Amino acid sequence: MNTESLSSIFINAAIVNNFVLSMFLGICPFLGVSAKKETAIRMGLAVIFVMLVSSMCAYGINIVLDIAGTPYLRLICYIAVIASAVQLVEMVIKKFSPALFRALGIFLPLITTNCAILGLALFQTQKEYNFLQCLVYALGAGAGFTLALTIMAGMREKLDLAEVPDIAQGAAITLILAGILSLAFMGFAGLGG
Amino acid sequence: MNMQEKTTPSLEVFLRGLWQENPVFVMLLGMCPTLAVTNKVVNCFAMGLSAMFVLVMSSLMVSLLRNYIPKQVRIASYIVIIATFVTIVDYVIQSISLDLYDSLGAFIQLIVVNCIILGRAEAFASRNKPAKAVLDAVGMGLGFTFALLCLGVVREALGNGTLLMDTPYEISLFGAAFEPWAIMILPPGGFFVLGLQILFFNWLRKKLTQRNASAAGA
Repeated sequence: MNTESLSSIFINAAIVNNFVLSMFLGICPFLGVSAKKETAIRMGLAVIFVMLVSSMCAYGINIVLDIAGTPYLRLICYIAVIASAVQLVEMVIKKFSPALFRALGIFLPLITTNCAILGLALFQTQKEYNFLQCLVYALGAGAGFTLALTIMAGMREKLDLAEVPDIAQGAAITLILAGILSLAFMGFAGLGG
Repeated sequence: MNMQEKTTPSLEVFLRGLWQENPVFVMLLGMCPTLAVTNKVVNCFAMGLSAMFVLVMSSLMVSLLRNYIPKQVRIASYIVIIATFVTIVDYVIQSISLDLYDSLGAFIQLIVVNCIILGRAEAFASRNKPAKAVLDAVGMGLGFTFALLCLGVVREALGNGTLLMDTPYEISLFGAAFEPWAIMILPPGGFFVLGLQILFFNWLRKKLTQRNASAAGA
Protein backbone atom coordinates (compact mmCIF):
# COMPACT_ATOMS: atom_id res chain seq x y z
CA MET A 1 0.00 0.00 0.00
CA ASN A 2 1.22 3.44 -0.91
CA THR A 3 0.95 6.17 1.71
CA GLU A 4 1.72 9.22 -0.41
CA SER A 5 -0.43 12.24 0.51
CA LEU A 6 -3.15 13.27 -1.92
CA SER A 7 -1.77 16.75 -2.55
CA SER A 8 1.67 15.45 -3.39
CA ILE A 9 0.17 12.89 -5.79
CA PHE A 10 -1.73 15.66 -7.55
CA ILE A 11 1.23 18.03 -7.87
CA ASN A 12 3.50 15.19 -8.93
CA ALA A 13 1.18 14.03 -11.68
CA ALA A 14 0.21 17.47 -12.93
CA ILE A 15 3.48 19.39 -12.83
CA VAL A 16 6.63 17.62 -11.67
CA ASN A 17 6.17 14.45 -13.70
CA ASN A 18 3.94 16.02 -16.30
CA PHE A 19 2.57 13.21 -18.46
CA VAL A 20 3.28 14.98 -21.73
CA LEU A 21 6.47 16.90 -21.11
CA SER A 22 8.47 14.62 -18.89
CA MET A 23 6.99 11.16 -19.42
CA PHE A 24 6.22 11.43 -23.14
CA LEU A 25 2.70 10.09 -22.90
CA GLY A 26 0.02 11.42 -25.22
CA ILE A 27 2.34 13.08 -27.71
CA CYS A 28 0.06 12.43 -30.71
CA PRO A 29 -2.87 14.59 -29.54
CA PHE A 30 -0.34 17.01 -28.08
CA LEU A 31 1.04 17.64 -31.57
CA GLY A 32 -2.26 17.20 -33.38
CA VAL A 33 -4.84 19.19 -31.42
CA SER A 34 -2.70 22.01 -30.08
CA ALA A 35 -3.23 24.44 -32.96
CA LYS A 36 -6.03 26.41 -31.27
CA LYS A 37 -6.51 27.25 -27.59
CA GLU A 38 -10.24 26.59 -27.52
CA THR A 39 -10.02 23.09 -28.99
CA ALA A 40 -7.05 22.36 -26.76
CA ILE A 41 -9.00 23.12 -23.57
CA ARG A 42 -11.98 21.05 -24.68
CA MET A 43 -9.80 18.16 -25.70
CA GLY A 44 -8.19 18.41 -22.27
CA LEU A 45 -11.56 18.20 -20.56
CA ALA A 46 -12.55 15.15 -22.62
CA VAL A 47 -9.26 13.48 -21.66
CA ILE A 48 -9.73 14.28 -17.95
CA PHE A 49 -13.17 12.68 -18.07
CA VAL A 50 -11.97 9.55 -19.84
CA MET A 51 -9.04 9.32 -17.41
CA LEU A 52 -11.34 9.45 -14.37
CA VAL A 53 -13.64 6.78 -15.78
CA SER A 54 -10.88 4.45 -16.89
CA SER A 55 -8.94 4.93 -13.64
CA MET A 56 -11.97 3.84 -11.63
CA CYS A 57 -12.58 0.89 -13.96
CA ALA A 58 -8.94 -0.16 -13.86
CA TYR A 59 -9.10 -0.21 -10.06
CA GLY A 60 -12.13 -2.49 -10.24
CA ILE A 61 -10.59 -4.75 -12.87
CA ASN A 62 -7.52 -5.18 -10.73
CA ILE A 63 -9.56 -6.49 -7.81
CA VAL A 64 -11.45 -8.88 -10.07
CA LEU A 65 -8.28 -10.15 -11.76
CA ASP A 66 -6.58 -10.65 -8.39
CA ILE A 67 -9.47 -12.77 -7.22
CA ALA A 68 -9.53 -14.72 -10.49
CA GLY A 69 -5.73 -15.10 -10.42
CA THR A 70 -5.24 -14.11 -14.06
CA PRO A 71 -2.89 -11.11 -14.09
CA TYR A 72 -1.90 -11.75 -17.72
CA LEU A 73 -5.35 -10.60 -18.85
CA ARG A 74 -4.76 -7.14 -17.36
CA LEU A 75 -3.63 -5.38 -20.52
CA ILE A 76 -6.48 -6.73 -22.64
CA CYS A 77 -9.08 -5.80 -20.02
CA TYR A 78 -7.71 -2.27 -19.59
CA ILE A 79 -7.73 -1.53 -23.29
CA ALA A 80 -11.26 -2.89 -23.71
CA VAL A 81 -12.53 -0.71 -20.87
CA ILE A 82 -10.79 2.38 -22.21
CA ALA A 83 -12.24 1.80 -25.66
CA SER A 84 -15.76 1.61 -24.22
CA ALA A 85 -15.21 4.71 -22.06
CA VAL A 86 -14.14 6.66 -25.14
CA GLN A 87 -17.20 5.45 -27.02
CA LEU A 88 -19.34 6.73 -24.14
CA VAL A 89 -17.71 10.15 -24.12
CA GLU A 90 -18.08 10.34 -27.88
CA MET A 91 -21.82 9.70 -27.69
CA VAL A 92 -22.29 12.25 -24.90
CA ILE A 93 -20.37 14.97 -26.75
CA LYS A 94 -22.16 14.26 -30.02
CA LYS A 95 -25.51 14.64 -28.27
CA PHE A 96 -24.77 17.80 -26.29
CA SER A 97 -22.35 19.72 -28.49
CA PRO A 98 -22.20 18.78 -32.18
CA ALA A 99 -19.90 21.76 -32.84
CA LEU A 100 -17.31 20.47 -30.39
CA PHE A 101 -17.74 17.00 -31.89
CA ARG A 102 -16.78 18.35 -35.30
CA ALA A 103 -13.90 20.43 -33.90
CA LEU A 104 -12.32 17.42 -32.19
CA GLY A 105 -12.84 15.32 -35.29
CA ILE A 106 -10.69 12.23 -35.59
CA PHE A 107 -8.89 12.95 -32.31
CA LEU A 108 -11.89 11.96 -30.23
CA PRO A 109 -11.92 8.26 -31.19
CA LEU A 110 -8.13 8.42 -31.09
CA ILE A 111 -8.26 9.04 -27.32
CA THR A 112 -8.50 5.24 -27.24
CA THR A 113 -4.96 5.01 -28.50
CA ASN A 114 -3.79 7.89 -26.33
CA CYS A 115 -0.99 6.32 -24.34
CA ALA A 116 -1.53 8.75 -21.46
CA ILE A 117 -4.73 6.94 -20.54
CA LEU A 118 -3.41 3.39 -20.69
CA GLY A 119 -0.23 4.66 -19.03
CA LEU A 120 -2.27 6.07 -16.16
CA ALA A 121 -4.02 2.74 -15.61
CA LEU A 122 -0.68 0.89 -15.64
CA PHE A 123 1.13 3.33 -13.35
CA GLN A 124 -1.59 3.42 -10.71
CA THR A 125 -1.44 -0.37 -10.54
CA GLN A 126 2.33 -0.29 -10.33
CA LYS A 127 2.27 2.28 -7.50
CA GLU A 128 -0.44 0.38 -5.60
CA TYR A 129 -2.63 3.43 -4.98
CA ASN A 130 -5.91 3.03 -3.11
CA PHE A 131 -9.18 4.15 -4.63
CA LEU A 132 -9.04 7.79 -3.54
CA GLN A 133 -5.39 8.10 -4.53
CA CYS A 134 -6.25 6.69 -7.97
CA LEU A 135 -8.90 9.35 -8.51
CA VAL A 136 -6.57 12.16 -7.48
CA TYR A 137 -3.83 10.72 -9.66
CA ALA A 138 -6.18 10.64 -12.66
CA LEU A 139 -7.32 14.19 -11.98
CA GLY A 140 -3.73 15.41 -11.67
CA ALA A 141 -2.59 13.65 -14.81
CA GLY A 142 -5.54 15.04 -16.75
CA ALA A 143 -4.93 18.54 -15.42
CA GLY A 144 -1.27 18.29 -16.40
CA PHE A 145 -2.20 17.13 -19.88
CA THR A 146 -4.65 20.02 -20.30
CA LEU A 147 -2.06 22.47 -18.98
CA ALA A 148 0.61 21.32 -21.43
CA LEU A 149 -1.85 21.30 -24.33
CA THR A 150 -3.12 24.82 -23.55
CA ILE A 151 0.33 26.36 -23.13
CA MET A 152 1.42 24.74 -26.38
CA ALA A 153 -1.68 26.03 -28.20
CA GLY A 154 -0.95 29.55 -26.92
CA MET A 155 2.59 29.33 -28.24
CA ARG A 156 1.47 27.99 -31.61
CA GLU A 157 -1.09 30.76 -32.02
CA LYS A 158 1.75 33.26 -31.60
CA LEU A 159 3.86 31.24 -33.99
CA ASP A 160 1.32 31.80 -36.76
CA LEU A 161 2.44 35.41 -36.87
CA ALA A 162 6.12 34.55 -37.16
CA GLU A 163 7.96 33.65 -40.32
CA VAL A 164 9.05 30.03 -40.18
CA PRO A 165 11.33 28.57 -42.88
CA ASP A 166 9.66 26.17 -45.29
CA ILE A 167 11.29 22.96 -44.13
CA ALA A 168 10.70 23.71 -40.44
CA GLN A 169 6.95 24.10 -40.82
CA GLY A 170 4.66 21.72 -38.97
CA ALA A 171 6.12 18.98 -36.82
CA ALA A 172 9.74 20.13 -36.67
CA ILE A 173 9.11 23.56 -35.17
CA THR A 174 6.39 22.20 -32.88
CA LEU A 175 8.78 19.61 -31.45
CA ILE A 176 11.49 22.17 -30.83
CA LEU A 177 8.95 24.39 -29.06
CA ALA A 178 7.89 21.38 -26.99
CA GLY A 179 11.54 20.87 -26.07
CA ILE A 180 11.79 24.41 -24.74
CA LEU A 181 8.55 23.96 -22.80
CA SER A 182 9.81 20.70 -21.35
CA LEU A 183 13.01 22.46 -20.31
CA ALA A 184 10.89 24.99 -18.42
CA PHE A 185 8.95 22.23 -16.67
CA MET A 186 12.18 20.62 -15.50
CA GLY A 187 12.49 23.59 -13.17
CA PHE A 188 9.74 22.03 -11.05
CA ALA A 189 11.76 18.88 -10.36
CA GLY A 190 11.80 18.01 -6.67
CA LEU A 191 8.76 20.12 -5.86
CA GLY A 192 6.36 17.29 -5.01
CA GLY A 193 8.94 15.29 -3.04
CA MET B 1 -1.51 6.11 -48.08
CA ASN B 2 -4.40 3.70 -48.57
CA MET B 3 -4.12 3.60 -52.30
CA GLN B 4 -1.86 0.56 -52.61
CA GLU B 5 -3.15 -1.62 -55.37
CA LYS B 6 -2.73 -5.31 -55.60
CA THR B 7 -0.06 -4.77 -58.23
CA THR B 8 2.45 -2.88 -56.07
CA PRO B 9 5.74 -4.76 -56.45
CA SER B 10 6.78 -6.60 -53.31
CA LEU B 11 10.13 -4.86 -53.06
CA GLU B 12 8.44 -1.50 -53.02
CA VAL B 13 6.02 -2.61 -50.30
CA PHE B 14 9.04 -3.57 -48.24
CA LEU B 15 11.19 -0.50 -48.86
CA ARG B 16 8.40 2.02 -48.45
CA GLY B 17 8.43 1.69 -44.68
CA LEU B 18 12.13 2.39 -44.50
CA TRP B 19 12.23 5.69 -46.31
CA GLN B 20 9.29 7.02 -48.32
CA GLU B 21 6.69 6.38 -45.64
CA ASN B 22 8.94 6.07 -42.62
CA PRO B 23 6.50 5.82 -39.71
CA VAL B 24 8.38 8.25 -37.46
CA PHE B 25 10.00 10.82 -39.72
CA VAL B 26 7.31 11.07 -42.39
CA MET B 27 4.01 9.91 -40.94
CA LEU B 28 4.72 11.07 -37.37
CA LEU B 29 3.25 7.94 -35.81
CA GLY B 30 4.39 6.26 -32.63
CA MET B 31 5.97 9.37 -31.20
CA CYS B 32 5.59 8.48 -27.53
CA PRO B 33 7.93 5.47 -27.40
CA THR B 34 10.19 7.20 -29.91
CA LEU B 35 10.83 10.02 -27.51
CA ALA B 36 10.70 8.08 -24.28
CA VAL B 37 13.04 5.13 -24.78
CA THR B 38 15.71 6.63 -27.01
CA ASN B 39 18.08 7.80 -24.28
CA LYS B 40 20.05 4.56 -24.63
CA VAL B 41 20.97 2.61 -27.76
CA VAL B 42 20.17 -0.73 -26.11
CA ASN B 43 16.65 0.41 -25.34
CA CYS B 44 16.17 1.40 -28.97
CA PHE B 45 17.06 -2.10 -30.14
CA ALA B 46 14.78 -3.73 -27.58
CA MET B 47 11.89 -1.40 -28.31
CA GLY B 48 12.30 -1.60 -32.09
CA LEU B 49 12.47 -5.39 -32.13
CA SER B 50 9.53 -5.81 -29.74
CA ALA B 51 7.40 -3.45 -31.78
CA MET B 52 8.44 -5.24 -34.96
CA PHE B 53 7.49 -8.63 -33.52
CA VAL B 54 4.07 -7.36 -32.47
CA LEU B 55 3.63 -5.60 -35.81
CA VAL B 56 4.49 -8.67 -37.88
CA MET B 57 2.44 -11.12 -35.82
CA SER B 58 -0.63 -8.91 -35.62
CA SER B 59 -0.44 -8.02 -39.32
CA LEU B 60 -0.34 -11.70 -40.11
CA MET B 61 -3.32 -12.47 -37.88
CA VAL B 62 -5.35 -9.53 -39.13
CA SER B 63 -4.61 -10.45 -42.72
CA LEU B 64 -5.56 -14.10 -42.18
CA LEU B 65 -8.79 -13.14 -40.45
CA ARG B 66 -9.63 -10.25 -42.77
CA ASN B 67 -12.63 -12.00 -44.34
CA TYR B 68 -14.06 -13.18 -41.01
CA ILE B 69 -13.99 -10.00 -38.91
CA PRO B 70 -17.20 -7.96 -39.30
CA LYS B 71 -16.57 -4.36 -40.32
CA GLN B 72 -18.32 -2.85 -37.28
CA VAL B 73 -16.13 -4.46 -34.64
CA ARG B 74 -12.86 -4.51 -36.55
CA ILE B 75 -10.99 -1.93 -34.46
CA ALA B 76 -11.88 -3.71 -31.22
CA SER B 77 -10.81 -7.04 -32.71
CA TYR B 78 -7.49 -5.60 -33.90
CA ILE B 79 -6.80 -4.19 -30.44
CA VAL B 80 -7.47 -7.53 -28.77
CA ILE B 81 -5.11 -9.27 -31.24
CA ILE B 82 -2.42 -6.65 -30.64
CA ALA B 83 -2.84 -6.75 -26.85
CA THR B 84 -2.37 -10.52 -26.88
CA PHE B 85 0.98 -10.31 -28.65
CA VAL B 86 2.11 -7.41 -26.47
CA THR B 87 1.39 -9.49 -23.37
CA ILE B 88 3.60 -12.24 -24.81
CA VAL B 89 6.44 -9.78 -25.50
CA ASP B 90 6.04 -8.29 -22.04
CA TYR B 91 6.50 -11.67 -20.31
CA VAL B 92 9.35 -12.71 -22.63
CA ILE B 93 11.38 -9.55 -21.95
CA GLN B 94 10.74 -9.89 -18.24
CA SER B 95 12.22 -13.38 -18.35
CA ILE B 96 15.22 -12.45 -20.52
CA SER B 97 16.48 -9.42 -18.67
CA LEU B 98 14.93 -7.72 -15.68
CA ASP B 99 17.25 -4.70 -16.04
CA LEU B 100 16.06 -4.09 -19.57
CA TYR B 101 12.47 -4.53 -18.47
CA ASP B 102 12.90 -1.95 -15.72
CA SER B 103 14.56 0.60 -17.95
CA LEU B 104 11.86 0.35 -20.61
CA GLY B 105 9.24 0.71 -17.90
CA ALA B 106 5.62 0.75 -18.97
CA PHE B 107 6.56 1.41 -22.58
CA ILE B 108 6.58 -2.27 -23.51
CA GLN B 109 2.95 -2.57 -22.48
CA LEU B 110 2.21 0.73 -24.16
CA ILE B 111 3.08 -0.87 -27.53
CA VAL B 112 -0.65 -1.73 -27.53
CA VAL B 113 -1.52 1.88 -28.22
CA ASN B 114 1.32 2.48 -30.66
CA CYS B 115 -0.49 4.03 -33.61
CA ILE B 116 1.88 2.43 -36.13
CA ILE B 117 0.58 -1.05 -35.37
CA LEU B 118 -3.11 -0.21 -35.41
CA GLY B 119 -2.54 2.02 -38.42
CA ARG B 120 -0.91 -0.74 -40.47
CA ALA B 121 -3.58 -3.25 -39.42
CA GLU B 122 -6.31 -0.90 -40.59
CA ALA B 123 -4.66 0.56 -43.67
CA PHE B 124 -2.76 -2.39 -45.08
CA ALA B 125 -3.09 -5.79 -43.42
CA SER B 126 -6.89 -5.82 -43.53
CA ARG B 127 -6.85 -5.39 -47.30
CA ASN B 128 -3.96 -7.57 -48.43
CA LYS B 129 -2.84 -11.17 -48.56
CA PRO B 130 -0.85 -12.51 -45.58
CA ALA B 131 2.53 -12.64 -47.36
CA LYS B 132 2.32 -9.04 -48.46
CA ALA B 133 1.04 -7.90 -45.08
CA VAL B 134 4.02 -9.52 -43.36
CA LEU B 135 6.41 -7.91 -45.83
CA ASP B 136 4.87 -4.52 -45.18
CA ALA B 137 5.04 -5.09 -41.43
CA VAL B 138 8.73 -6.05 -41.57
CA GLY B 139 9.47 -2.93 -43.64
CA MET B 140 7.59 -0.66 -41.25
CA GLY B 141 9.16 -2.35 -38.24
CA LEU B 142 12.65 -1.84 -39.66
CA GLY B 143 11.78 1.76 -40.47
CA PHE B 144 10.67 2.28 -36.87
CA THR B 145 13.82 0.64 -35.49
CA PHE B 146 15.96 2.74 -37.84
CA ALA B 147 14.28 5.93 -36.62
CA LEU B 148 14.73 4.93 -32.97
CA LEU B 149 18.42 4.23 -33.58
CA CYS B 150 18.88 7.59 -35.36
CA LEU B 151 17.70 9.30 -32.21
CA GLY B 152 19.27 6.93 -29.74
CA VAL B 153 22.77 7.14 -31.18
CA VAL B 154 22.79 10.93 -31.08
CA ARG B 155 21.27 11.17 -27.62
CA GLU B 156 23.52 8.60 -26.01
CA ALA B 157 26.69 9.82 -27.72
CA LEU B 158 26.14 13.41 -26.63
CA GLY B 159 24.44 12.69 -23.34
CA ASN B 160 26.83 10.10 -22.01
CA GLY B 161 29.76 9.97 -24.41
CA THR B 162 29.22 6.26 -25.11
CA LEU B 163 27.45 3.83 -27.38
CA LEU B 164 25.71 0.66 -26.14
CA MET B 165 25.97 1.72 -22.52
CA ASP B 166 25.09 -0.92 -19.87
CA THR B 167 26.09 -3.82 -22.13
CA PRO B 168 29.34 -5.80 -22.37
CA TYR B 169 30.02 -4.06 -25.70
CA GLU B 170 30.12 -0.52 -24.35
CA ILE B 171 32.18 1.84 -26.51
CA SER B 172 33.54 5.08 -25.12
CA LEU B 173 33.57 7.74 -27.82
CA PHE B 174 35.30 10.84 -26.56
CA GLY B 175 37.62 9.71 -23.77
CA ALA B 176 37.59 10.65 -20.10
CA ALA B 177 37.81 14.41 -20.57
CA PHE B 178 34.38 14.57 -22.20
CA GLU B 179 31.78 16.49 -20.25
CA PRO B 180 28.39 14.82 -20.99
CA TRP B 181 25.47 16.99 -22.08
CA ALA B 182 23.05 15.77 -19.45
CA ILE B 183 20.20 17.53 -21.20
CA MET B 184 20.34 15.03 -24.07
CA ILE B 185 19.38 12.12 -21.82
CA LEU B 186 16.64 14.13 -20.11
CA PRO B 187 13.20 14.65 -21.71
CA PRO B 188 13.87 18.01 -23.46
CA GLY B 189 16.76 16.43 -25.36
CA GLY B 190 14.36 13.95 -26.94
CA PHE B 191 12.15 16.74 -28.26
CA PHE B 192 15.10 18.75 -29.57
CA VAL B 193 16.85 15.88 -31.33
CA LEU B 194 13.66 14.60 -32.94
CA GLY B 195 12.70 18.11 -34.06
CA LEU B 196 16.11 18.70 -35.61
CA GLN B 197 16.17 15.30 -37.31
CA ILE B 198 12.74 15.85 -38.86
CA LEU B 199 14.05 19.21 -40.04
CA PHE B 200 17.07 17.48 -41.59
CA PHE B 201 14.98 14.80 -43.31
CA ASN B 202 12.62 17.43 -44.70
CA TRP B 203 15.61 19.29 -46.11
CA LEU B 204 17.10 16.12 -47.59
CA ARG B 205 13.82 15.14 -49.18
CA LYS B 206 13.40 18.61 -50.68
CA LYS B 207 16.92 18.52 -52.14
CA LEU B 208 16.34 15.07 -53.63
CA THR B 209 13.06 16.10 -55.21
CA GLN B 210 14.68 19.17 -56.67
CA ARG B 211 17.52 17.16 -58.12
CA ASN B 212 15.15 14.58 -59.61
CA ALA B 213 13.06 17.36 -61.11
CA SER B 214 16.06 19.10 -62.67
CA ALA B 215 17.40 15.75 -63.97
CA ALA B 216 14.05 15.04 -65.59
CA GLY B 217 13.96 18.56 -67.05
CA ALA B 218 17.44 18.27 -68.60
